[in-house]
Amino acid sequence: MPDLRFGDAEPTAAEREAVDAVVGDLGPVVVAEGERLVYAGHSRTRERRHLLLPALHAVQRASGWISPGGLDYACRQLEVPPAEAWGVATFYHLFTHEPPEAADTVHVCDDVACRPLGAVGLIDDLRAAGHHAKASPCLGQCERGPAVLVQRTGDADLTVAPGGVDEVAVAISSRDSTPSTPAPQAGSPDLALLARVGVVDPESLDDYRAHGGYTALGAALAMGPDRVIEEVTTAGLSGRGGAAFPTGLKWRGVADQQGRPRHLVCNADESEPGTFKDRVVMESDPFSLVEAMTIAGTAIGAEQGWLYIRGEYPVATARLRNAIDAARAAGLLGDDVAGSGRRFDIDLRSGAGAYICGEETALFNSIEGFRGEPRNKPPFPTTHGLFGEPTAINNVETLVNVLPIVLGGGAAYAATGTERSPGTRLFCLSGRVASPGVYEHEFGITLRGVLEAAGGVVGADEPHAVLLGGAAGFFVRSEQLDLPLTLEDTRAAGVSLGSGVVMVFGEEDDMVDTVRRVAEFFRDESCGQCVPCRVGTIRQEEVLARLRDDASLDDERDLLDDLAAVMRDASICGLGQTAAGAVRSALDLGLLEGSR
Amino acid sequence: MNDVPVAAPRPLVELTIDGQTVRVSEGSTILDACRQEGINTPTLCWAENLTPVNVCRVCVVEVENSRVLVPSCARQAEDGMVVSTDSERVRTSRRMVYELLASSVELDRASAEVKDWMVHYGADPSRMGDKAEIATVAQPPKVQDDLYVRDYERCILCYKCVEACGEDAQHTFAIATAGRGFGAHISTEFDVSLPDSACVYCGNCIGVCPTGALVFKTEHDMREEGTWDEEAQHVSTTVCTFCGVGCNLELHVQDERIVKVTSPADHSVTHGHLCIKGRFGWRHAQPDG
Repeated sequence: MPDLRFGDAEPTAAEREAVDAVVGDLGPVVVAEGERLVYAGHSRTRERRHLLLPALHAVQRASGWISPGGLDYACRQLEVPPAEAWGVATFYHLFTHEPPEAADTVHVCDDVACRPLGAVGLIDDLRAAGHHAKASPCLGQCERGPAVLVQRTGDADLTVAPGGVDEVAVAISSRDSTPSTPAPQAGSPDLALLARVGVVDPESLDDYRAHGGYTALGAALAMGPDRVIEEVTTAGLSGRGGAAFPTGLKWRGVADQQGRPRHLVCNADESEPGTFKDRVVMESDPFSLVEAMTIAGTAIGAEQGWLYIRGEYPVATARLRNAIDAARAAGLLGDDVAGSGRRFDIDLRSGAGAYICGEETALFNSIEGFRGEPRNKPPFPTTHGLFGEPTAINNVETLVNVLPIVLGGGAAYAATGTERSPGTRLFCLSGRVASPGVYEHEFGITLRGVLEAAGGVVGADEPHAVLLGGAAGFFVRSEQLDLPLTLEDTRAAGVSLGSGVVMVFGEEDDMVDTVRRVAEFFRDESCGQCVPCRVGTIRQEEVLARLRDDASLDDERDLLDDLAAVMRDASICGLGQTAAGAVRSALDLGLLEGSR
Repeated sequence: MNDVPVAAPRPLVELTIDGQTVRVSEGSTILDACRQEGINTPTLCWAENLTPVNVCRVCVVEVENSRVLVPSCARQAEDGMVVSTDSERVRTSRRMVYELLASSVELDRASAEVKDWMVHYGADPSRMGDKAEIATVAQPPKVQDDLYVRDYERCILCYKCVEACGEDAQHTFAIATAGRGFGAHISTEFDVSLPDSACVYCGNCIGVCPTGALVFKTEHDMREEGTWDEEAQHVSTTVCTFCGVGCNLELHVQDERIVKVTSPADHSVTHGHLCIKGRFGWRHAQPDG
């Protein structure tokens, strides 16, 4: 018998059933006589440790919290030490660690995009109406805030956007989320990535095929893996998650790891404040992502694909599950993909409320059933990724770019956009613009062009400030309106496109509060592993709170500089390394002085 | 001590540290190379008997062509690497790590080395603000049994105790990191008391704790009484008599009473780790039994 010690709390019938459904027919771990099961999380138990996060979701859904009986039962079934499982459960915002106050928890986004839309008051109103309401970081509905996520016990979660007391009541009684909003450019003939968004029926494989779906997979299988990687390399496609790493190079690196099991991971943990582009694609054209993952997986020689989607996206999650099931039923996933003899399947995994799990190595740890703490790099994922095996991990937007590349050829793709930033880019417009939403533009469009395409700034000719690239990006002001939005031009200007966020602020917006909320976000989302980020982010937030109260900027500037230096230089991962970027830019642009 | 090298000698890699050419065997870390050259480097979460977790970031160095600083304890030395251990960026980051820790954690029982490094880098934690007004991990100590005290206001979250309890030594997994961000902390499941947890009281977590957050109950009580006096203690090395493994014990004795038991981290049998008998089974040897 394994020598782990478990507790004696009993699970409820519902918890037992929910966990059993996750664990399936794996049965108890069998350990031969004379063996000791000492290397928990690896060796014999590794094959099931990755089911810990789904099992915790099951317990939370069944009981409304991670109860001692439920946790203990999951631990017994999966051979996980209870202390480690508790460490994992307490890592995520969407898991409750005390008996629930109500069957439904109403999460209200009070992040930078939703604050100016009355989010803080909405929390009070919902509480007054008897709801158990909690403030939440960005819920990825920034074009239609204030955003609400209703987390339910025993039933599917609901997105309500824009949220209000009445809207929440209607959603709960009808058990329906707010319908997806069409992208503002829907139906325009110039679109490559958004061509089917708002046009195709997202729940129908037949309709997807009627709109050109699955022609790219056929073409890719005919071309063979090497040609596909060549075309992606020729296209000059780079990662859209923020780091802009060349996709062809990444794929080549994984494909070259012959003889080892390889993985394709789609990073759909879109949690950067102000970002919602991947959600729109996944909700409105889910089959395109499934098709793109299949092309990528077969190209790099992976038999297993993993789609890790943030837990706050119930509509996208349901549509993707439906799309994966439909593709599998049609023979487009599974042991013989489209009759090619190649094996590729996709496992969808839900996050549970942790921005850090969008960091690639934290995401691997999260899938593997460990705390979502980033790993030190090197080694890099191409050689040591998920389960320590070669892994290509790509953002949703990056992957859907593969469809036009395969169909039109890499050279034709490279001719669009600019020479060093080929292709199109999705931009997430929110804040004080006339028509917020996701827009697709060729690289090279100016910031002014992006704002004009969204109907311009509301109530002014020019924005007071724009948050470019998300909380991990930078603030810019009207002097930068003619900046061409390319990788090279933004880098030269000392800013970044990040995840494509263009969040517009007007004179009426409280910038000190906005910048303080950015600092709060990083403090809240730090995993806590390394000192510079764990303590640095809270000290940065404290300084900004003092500035809001009436401390003098001159007195605090040296400390802010040093905090920025240690977080940028000495943090393990990109979260800490970028946690001071937006704050610094606000300081440098005088946004903190102007508002007081 | 009794180790017999059985593998072929590893090839050497050549790198530059602070302008000096250094040759170390392949697989060595930058920290190994620094120590070989006598370049003193601060560490907190590193220990010779544990896998590097590189979370404290106090050992960071600057490597040419690397965008950010790298942890010397975990990063392997590579041919042609150009390393600076005393650049402006390195000094700033190391000073800030100490300032951030000292502003949030009670470091009064950390080793003298920690205090020396703080002086060396000119760390001034008071810049972060009045301790009463900023976030700290202040909390009362957890006294739940006769053997251990867990005084988490002294915890710098170096993960050493988790590693010693888990895969690096004991494989008991009684404690793990829980929570997140500044709220991250070491805990049993649902924060149950140690006697109700998987803990087997080997005391290996105490053995690796660098800041006095985990201590023998004897030490805790004597400190409370004001009788703990390391100057007045002497250490006797002996061999544990409980079984035939042959673990070395270091008995820390004050006023003819054993007050603490450790084992040398470089001992070939224990690697610094013991079991409950070696660590705590000495009451019978006390003058009053």
